Amino acid sequence: MRVLDLADLEGAVCGRILADLGADVVKIEPPGGEPDRLRPPFIDDVENSERSIPWLAANVNKRGITCDVRSAEGRALFGRLAATARIVVESARPGRLRELGLEDALRDAIVVSISPYGQDGPLAGSPGSDLEVTAASGSLWLAGEEGHAPVRTSQPQSPYWSGMYGAMGALVALQAALPQRVDVSAQAAMTTVHPPAPVWWDIAHEEHGRTGPFLLGRSNVGSRFRNLWECADGFVSFAIQGGPIGRHTGRMLVEWMAERGAVPPALAAIDWDRFDNSRLTQPEVDELEAVIAPFLLSLTKAEFFSGVVKRKMLGYPVGDASDSLADPQLRARDFWRSFSPIDGVPALPFPGGFALFDGERPALRRPAPRVGEHNVEVYGEIGVADAELAALRAAGTI
Amino acid sequence: MTELATQPAAPARAGALGGLRVVEMGFAAAGPLVGKYLANFGAEVIRLESRLAADVFRTTYPPFKDGIVEPDHAGMFAFYNDGKRSATLNLKHPKGVALARALIARADVFVESFTPGTVARLGLGPDSLRADHRELIVLSSCNQGQTGPHAFHPGYGSQLSALAGFVQLLGEPDSTPVLLYGPYIDYIAVGYGAIAVLAALERRKRTGIGCTIDLSQYEAGLQFLAPTILEFAANGRIPGRSGNADAVAAPHGVYRCAGADRWVALSVWDDTRWRAFCDATGIAGPATAADRRAARVELDARIEAWTRTRERDEVVRLLRAKGLRVAPVLSISELFTDPQLAHRGMWPRLTHPAIGEMHVMAPPFRLAATPSVQERPGPTLGADNDHVFGEILGLSLDERRTLERDGVFE
Repeated sequence: MRVLDLADLEGAVCGRILADLGADVVKIEPPGGEPDRLRPPFIDDVENSERSIPWLAANVNKRGITCDVRSAEGRALFGRLAATARIVVESARPGRLRELGLEDALRDAIVVSISPYGQDGPLAGSPGSDLEVTAASGSLWLAGEEGHAPVRTSQPQSPYWSGMYGAMGALVALQAALPQRVDVSAQAAMTTVHPPAPVWWDIAHEEHGRTGPFLLGRSNVGSRFRNLWECADGFVSFAIQGGPIGRHTGRMLVEWMAERGAVPPALAAIDWDRFDNSRLTQPEVDELEAVIAPFLLSLTKAEFFSGVVKRKMLGYPVGDASDSLADPQLRARDFWRSFSPIDGVPALPFPGGFALFDGERPALRRPAPRVGEHNVEVYGEIGVADAELAALRAAGTI
Repeated sequence: MTELATQPAAPARAGALGGLRVVEMGFAAAGPLVGKYLANFGAEVIRLESRLAADVFRTTYPPFKDGIVEPDHAGMFAFYNDGKRSATLNLKHPKGVALARALIARADVFVESFTPGTVARLGLGPDSLRADHRELIVLSSCNQGQTGPHAFHPGYGSQLSALAGFVQLLGEPDSTPVLLYGPYIDYIAVGYGAIAVLAALERRKRTGIGCTIDLSQYEAGLQFLAPTILEFAANGRIPGRSGNADAVAAPHGVYRCAGADRWVALSVWDDTRWRAFCDATGIAGPATAADRRAARVELDARIEAWTRTRERDEVVRLLRAKGLRVAPVLSISELFTDPQLAHRGMWPRLTHPAIGEMHVMAPPFRLAATPSVQERPGPTLGADNDHVFGEILGLSLDERRTLERDGVFE
């Protein structure tokens, strides 16, 4: 199954996912390469169009060709390519494909269009990047310290969400077996990442906001629970929780504290079989948290992790990239796929396929393409003869 | 157990996935939301539940409508499960397991999100189900995957989001991280889970054979952090929190506006637009992006001095008119009245039998020819027992009464 991928980094993950699933995804760039090839950071901090880390990550498993779709020759060439494709992915400004005269060639394809706000409506066509669509989705509102400015995740997330939903939409459309447009809005995509906040407004008319390290929404009496704690060498994620696993976690915490010293009276007094965190008042929560804090501060992230795993408690250390690469679970499942993203660079660990299908992880078959790397191969497959290819090259079409 | 009559296939329904039948068991968000998306596009999704061990979203997690802590008043369950049917079955009873197997035998997809090994212990493991039904697709979604030393570790999405590295990237530099609201990573696993099921359906068209899918929510989440991991591996730096700063755009930030807790987000990506920004606001600053990035703190202060005397929406209007990138930081309540989301039908309104009028969430992608349809609110516990056990499995009223008396539908 062939997929044509015209999308820039705001939509590239869609094609990446389809490529991971085995589709023949052909990335089409303007001659010279797309501008997003210069998105930092770069491998070895060498700034050039072959070393952009976000670009390389989002374009694994694709083949790459160039085509100037703004020229008449390029448009004709695109039409021949489109005739061989089931799915086309694009992230141009809404209406741009029509302006370029490319839409006629797409009548029989599933066209995934990824844009900041969607193809129509009052904001269609408004420009936006990760920061703005995250702001307009409510996600930004919920992240940060109380009373301070909202903050976004330092690695842009909306391109991943948009790309993932684009792939989901393409696959739903494929089941319908109807050519049609899949209209992905990055704003809408980011609106799906923060329930239950909308439920709290809708059902209880409570407006959740920024609370730094505290969890909202676990209490029937308005209490909040600390979920991020300082430990000996960083932070851990832990909370006083309810439900069967939360009660087990509390019981195990008390045992663990007893092994390492004394159990504070406030914790020792709890009957975990009857414990219900959703009924604790804020002073009760604060009292419990005050006696848990010194215990967690005495543990390293590694001690905390092995301790919670051993006792099957809820909780994890706050990990970073180095922790992920060292994680024994990911290693045991052979998650990382090591390969060199470009010639002359040592192999790097890429996240492996996102699931196991009958025990097999979808392969990372090829690194992201160089500019026009597969021009001869792909154009050859659609019957462009060598002489014609040379002429297109001379004209600057490819 | 009783003989089962020959059964009709899943009823034909509008939508891209009409005719597809999905059976699911699980709890919270990461498994069940997969079924919600499939249901929104026309699949018949049957949630098998137990009255003895109901979903924590029915029993534990607020908000509950009017504060009534009852399974049918649970807001989160209703929100995450629209479009589905609910049937109750006691899987500790052998007849309950037999009925579950019979139902799955009539389904295309089985989704479960229990601790690894749970469904196999019940006699509903993928190998045993698929031995009788080679077309079946089984999605098992859990915290850490079905295998490996941490497979049996229980976990919720908000804490797994911390482990995977998302929380470490959220906050001001050299400051403590802040929480990523909600079970963020669960929603990533939902997306990849639905994608995996749909891909397996596509493959089944060619091969006639189903699939067993092992989805680790942790591994799904790490897909979204590939650049961060590669940067560490390639350059030896652990990417951390950088507030709202960007490596390219300057300015790039969130600025306080007039009024309480009102903020605007804006970014400038090239020098031409910077000049347009200066013209529109009267703010002066370095002409090149590199110099603006170097002067970030001072520039941000100057921009905020300008925004904080102005209404948020006035700033947005002014800068949007100049073609600049700007957006209001919408609060959660404002999402329900945002004109753009309203235009896309983001919040369909349904009448729930116990909760009353409520909103559910539309898929964030719209299909032109086979749009999503959301007419069925999240089911009350066991609302569809008659449909599932009577119409689909063909049990007579008497047979169902006997089973009910034996506690099979608990």
